Amino acid sequence: MAFISSGYNPDKPMEGRISDIGPRHYTDFLPPVIAKNYGKWAYHEILEPGVLMHKAESGDEVYTVRVGSTRLITVGLIQEICDIADKHCGGHVRWTTRNNIEFMVDSKAKVAPLKADLAARKFAGGSAKFPIGGTGASVPNIVHTQGWVHCHTPATDASGPVKVIMDELFHEFQTMELPAPLRLALACCLNMCGACHCSDLAVVGIHRKPPQIDHEVLENICEIPLAVSACPTAAIRPSKTEFEGKEKKTVAIKEDRCMFCGNCYTMCAALPLADSEGDGCAIMVGGKVSNRISNPKFSKVVVAYVPNEPPRWPTLVKTVRQIVDAYKKGANKYERLGDWAERIGWERFFDVTGLQFTKHLIDDFRDPAYYTWRQTTNFKW
Amino acid sequence: MAKHQTPMLDELTKGPWPSFVDDIKAEAARRAANKDGVEYQIPVDVCDDLLGILELAYKDKETHWKHGGIVGVFGYGGGVIGRYCDVPQQFPGVAHFHTVRLNQPGGKFYTTEYLRDIMKIWDMRGSGLTNMHGSTGDIVLLGTFTEQLEEIFYEMTHKLNTDLGGSGSNLRTPAECMGMSRCEYACYDTMALCYALTNEYQDELHRPAFPYKFKFKFDGCPNGCVAALARSDLSFVGTWKGAIKVDQKAVAAYVAGELKPNAGAHAGRDWGKFDIMKEVVNLCPTQCMSYDGKTLSINDKECYRCMHCINTMPVALKVGDEKGLCMLAGAKAPILDGAQMSSLLVPFLPVEEPFDEIKEVVENIWEWWMEEGKNRERLGETLKRLGFGKILEVTGITPDARHVQHPRENPYIFWSAEEVGGWDRDIKEYRKRHAR
Repeated sequence: MAFISSGYNPDKPMEGRISDIGPRHYTDFLPPVIAKNYGKWAYHEILEPGVLMHKAESGDEVYTVRVGSTRLITVGLIQEICDIADKHCGGHVRWTTRNNIEFMVDSKAKVAPLKADLAARKFAGGSAKFPIGGTGASVPNIVHTQGWVHCHTPATDASGPVKVIMDELFHEFQTMELPAPLRLALACCLNMCGACHCSDLAVVGIHRKPPQIDHEVLENICEIPLAVSACPTAAIRPSKTEFEGKEKKTVAIKEDRCMFCGNCYTMCAALPLADSEGDGCAIMVGGKVSNRISNPKFSKVVVAYVPNEPPRWPTLVKTVRQIVDAYKKGANKYERLGDWAERIGWERFFDVTGLQFTKHLIDDFRDPAYYTWRQTTNFKW
Repeated sequence: MAKHQTPMLDELTKGPWPSFVDDIKAEAARRAANKDGVEYQIPVDVCDDLLGILELAYKDKETHWKHGGIVGVFGYGGGVIGRYCDVPQQFPGVAHFHTVRLNQPGGKFYTTEYLRDIMKIWDMRGSGLTNMHGSTGDIVLLGTFTEQLEEIFYEMTHKLNTDLGGSGSNLRTPAECMGMSRCEYACYDTMALCYALTNEYQDELHRPAFPYKFKFKFDGCPNGCVAALARSDLSFVGTWKGAIKVDQKAVAAYVAGELKPNAGAHAGRDWGKFDIMKEVVNLCPTQCMSYDGKTLSINDKECYRCMHCINTMPVALKVGDEKGLCMLAGAKAPILDGAQMSSLLVPFLPVEEPFDEIKEVVENIWEWWMEEGKNRERLGETLKRLGFGKILEVTGITPDARHVQHPRENPYIFWSAEEVGGWDRDIKEYRKRHAR
C-alpha cells in the first residue's frame, strides 16, 4: 500500500490550489430529453407503481422508473447502477431527495426491458437490489440518518431499523393503495438530521438516562461554561470533585431536570448518554410539509418508547404496522395521516390504532405545552 | 471467509428490501479480489471492519464512534467530518473513518462518466462506502484516513471540477427540488437559483463565520418535495399570483373518467368513480371553487394556492402565469427549544437573474443574525428570542396581515418612544395635576 500523491504538496498547500468552485453545473448532466424540454412540461402520469411519464409541451415524453435504494451504498453498487444507466438510459441517472434512484428513458418501448433488468437483480441473500415503486399513494423510501454506522451521538441505529420497516411495508412501497402518500423518516437522535418533525410517520432515537460524568478528563476536554450553557433546562452547573486524591474541576447534574436531549454531550465529550437499556425509539406521526388541503404540521409523539431490539426491532415494526393499517382502513382518499387523526380526533386515533395513551404523551416542555391541552368540552368517548 | 462473524447483521440480509449488509459484504469481497488492480490507499479490509464494528454496536446497543475529531482541508472550516472508532485495535480498518461531503450537482442528475470518476477516486482513497445522499443533499463519502483528505480534495477539484459541501457553523450545502427539469408545477427555476446562490456564497459555505449552521432549500411549488418549510433557515417556495389556468375540456375528461385523477396516484385501490364535487370542489380549503356539471369555476381572489385541485387534475389545471416565490425563515429540528417551521417573510418575489432582490434579503438577515445570534443559535431561535418584528425591520419588509396566522392575543406591545411622542416627561408637572 504505497502512498500515491494526487499532486498535492503538503509543504506548499497553496501551490496550484483550486478552491471555492462550488458544484458542477447541472446542465453538464441532464439527459437530452430533459435539457430540451426544461421548463416546458405539460403534465405527468403514473402509469403503474414506480413508473412515471412526463409529457412536454413539445410532445416529447420521458419515462422514469423509480427504484428504492439504501442510502448507504457502495462503490460496487454505484458502478452497477452506472452499467444499467449506460445500457438503457444513455448514461444518465438521478437520485431523489428520498434516496430513490430514477432511471429515465425517452420512449415507452424502452421501459419494459429496463424494468425487467432492474427487477432481476438481487443481492446474495435474495433481497431486491432495485425494487420498483415509491410513487403516488404509497410508502416511499425512508429518509434517515447514520446511526451506529457512523455517528457519535445516536440512540439507535438507522440503516437497520429502516431495512426492517421497509421489509414490512414492502407491499405498500410497491403499490398505491393508501389514501395518500405516507412519508416516513428516521432520525437516530433528537438532533434529527433526518427532519422527522414533519413526517407522516417518524422514528426518533431517544436517550432516557442522564449523562454520566467522566470526572477524570472533563476539565481537560471540555469548556465547562459551554457544557453548562448547553443545557436547556439548566440542570448542569460547574462543580469540583475529588478524583483519585486530586481536586478536579467538573460539572454537577441535577438529574431530575434532565430531558435527555443530549445537547451537553454534543458540547462535551465527557458527558456520554448512550446506554443499552436507556436508549430506544419514540414514534411520531401526523406531520406534513406539503401545503395541500391543510397547512404543514408537526408530527406528534404517539409512542413514547420502544426498546432497541437489534437486529430486527420486532416491537417497532409491529407498532408501525398497527398505525399504517389503521390509517389505511380509516382515512379518506387524499387524506394524509395527520389530517385523518385530526378529523377523527386524537382520542379516537388511540382507539383505532390500539396504541396505549400514557402520561409521557402529554406535553410538559415550556409554554407551547399549554396549547396542546384540551380547553374545550368537545371530545369523544 | 468473512473476517468477522456477523450473526446479527446477517439477519438483515433477509426480507425483500435492499440489504445494506449484503451490499457491504459484496464490496468487501470486491476490494479483496481487486480485479482492477487498484492501489488502495486505506486498508483493503475497511468494509469488513465496518461490518465488525457495526455487529459490535448491535450487540452492545451502543455506538462505537468517538466524539469529535478536528480534521479538514487547508483553508476550509467545513466539508469534512472527523470520526474515530473507540476500538481501533479490534477494527484497525476503521480506526479513522472521516467523512467527506461533496457538493452534489443540481437536481441530483448525473452522467455515468462523472459518477464513475468520483467512484474511482473514492475506491482508491476511501472505504468504498457512500451515502447517496446525505440528509442535507451532499454526496457523502463515508470513511477515510486523515492523510487522504487533502489528496481527495486535490483530485476532486483538479480532475472533476467538484468542490466540498458545508458542515459546522456555516452555510450548509443548498439543495433544491428538480423543479423545471421535469416537473410541470415548478413556479421558478429552482436549479438555477440554487446554483447561483451556492456559488455566490462559497465563502460562507466553506468558512464558518455564523453563530450556527444555516440552510437554504428550494421548493418549486407549495407541494414542498424537499421539505424546505420544515428544514431550512431560509425556505424558498414557489408560488404564483392570479388565476389558475383551466382547460374545461380536460376537466370534462376527468369527470367522464377518461383521465385518471391525481395522475393515477390512487390507482392501486378501487375508490369508486371520480367525483369532482367530493374530491376537488368540496375539499378546496378556501371553498373558492364550483362546478355546475359543465364548467369548473374558480374564484381566484380567494384561492390560496394549496395545489390540491392542480395535483388532482394536472392535465386540466395549471399554475398561474405570474410566477415567483415566497421566502420563509427559521425552520429547524427540535434541538434545543423545540422544532420550528419557517415563518412567512416575503410573500412574493419574482425570480429573475441575477437574483439581486433575493440576495439583498439574504444578506440583510445574515448581517443581523451574525450580530445578534448567540453561539449555536439557529435563525429561528433568534427570531423567537427577539421577535418577528426585528427581521421585518432589518430586511425593510412592510408588516402585512399575511405574516401572521392571526393577530396577537395579548396587548403587551413594545411601543417605541417615537411612536408615543417620546418617554421624557417631568414628574413635577405630573404632580401638579395629581397629588401624592
